[in-house]
Amino acid sequence: MTQTKVNNIQRLKKVFSQSLSISESQINDELEYNSIQQWDSTAHMALVAQLEAEFNIMLDIDDIIDMSSVGKCKEILKKYNVEL
Amino acid sequence: MDDLLSSFYSLPVFDLKHDEKRILLNNALNQLNIHHYNNCKEYRNLINAMSFKLEVSDCQQQPYIVARLFKMLELKSISSDNIFKRLYSSGTSSENVSNIFLDGQSAKEQSKVLSKILQEFTGKQRLPMLLIDSPDIIKNKKSFSARGAGIKGLSFLGRDHTYALNSDMSINYKAIDDFLVKHSNQTILIFGFTFMIWKYLVQPLKEQGQSLNIANSILFHSGGWKKLQTQSVDNHTFKQFCYDILGNTRVHNFYGMVEQTGTVYVECEHGFLHTPVFSDILIRDIQTYRVLDNGEKGLIQLLSVLPRSYPGHSILTEDLGRIIGTDNCSCGRKGHYFHVYGRLPQSETRGCSDTYQ
Ligand SMILES: [Zn+2]
Repeated sequence: MTQTKVNNIQRLKKVFSQSLSISESQINDELEYNSIQQWDSTAHMALVAQLEAEFNIMLDIDDIIDMSSVGKCKEILKKYNVEL
Repeated sequence: MDDLLSSFYSLPVFDLKHDEKRILLNNALNQLNIHHYNNCKEYRNLINAMSFKLEVSDCQQQPYIVARLFKMLELKSISSDNIFKRLYSSGTSSENVSNIFLDGQSAKEQSKVLSKILQEFTGKQRLPMLLIDSPDIIKNKKSFSARGAGIKGLSFLGRDHTYALNSDMSINYKAIDDFLVKHSNQTILIFGFTFMIWKYLVQPLKEQGQSLNIANSILFHSGGWKKLQTQSVDNHTFKQFCYDILGNTRVHNFYGMVEQTGTVYVECEHGFLHTPVFSDILIRDIQTYRVLDNGEKGLIQLLSVLPRSYPGHSILTEDLGRIIGTDNCSCGRKGHYFHVYGRLPQSETRGCSDTYQ
């Protein structure tokens, strides 16, 4: 694993933890949208905004809709050249 | 079933001629009839009771259920374990609210279809978004609000979401000013409920002789005209106020029902509501339920290829409407275009007993 990748994973966890107000220990690839009370549609838009700010990207509408788990989010970010 | 909807995704949203669309739509609806017949007991009972055929040769013969049944029955074609989200209609406290059950896939598809339709007007880019409401509307997670649901439903079309009103519904001038300065050379996306925009933004600003003078914006509004009709505000007046207050803006009303969330009917540049490729409209006589011709006023029936987790693909509403024409609107969009005249007065509604036995 490259240092960038390790850093990005850490940044991603931080974004999830802050925008959903959950602890980093709760975050794994299987965590799904709407599976916990904290990750509802309102938090989802906050998450998108923070991801965009953190990684300096602009997500497409379809990607926001498809971002249904942490794992899926990683997959999508890779499309935007974020090393994960 | 999975291919059914994806085949529609590849079609142009407003460019298919009605005669081409009706064949695809009818075929999809036939499949949905069978799907819901097999997966929803209440739907099966209704179809049997009404002696409806599941496979018909034209959209006009499609079986339908009346909208109020969603208030009386729990209609779902998924098991309870798979319920991802419940939608409720806004009904007043005196009546029951509609209950719509979605699984994860259906919720996603509603968002996708909604964005596909609205992007025909906004373009692909997510625009800075000004919401004409108070941020409190989405804060309370427990109580349901139709306005909150609408705002959440549209918010993924935009970015830098900014609320134009304070908690007491007064105008948040600072928030609006900061937002407009920040995005001064961009097209702004504005969304709000028709009544909210009128009562809490354009009317008070007009009274104070103020305007926002936004260089370029697109305004979507929805929710119906009922509350505005009592103040004699029609679509024309509403638009005129918006132009005066907001500046160079394109105003689009849209019509839709919670029972068919996703497939909305957006008003074009010439003031008509358009049917996208995913859905269609029929008009029925209020007494006989016979299908009426273009130009005749009657009850609106909505057909949509979207509902899969609940049998809402063909619904007779309690709204009055009139199809203006087919394939020939001056805006260039194909398919039916129509007007909505609001809810059928209660006194004229037939008892539900004769449509559901
Ligand atoms: Zn038109």
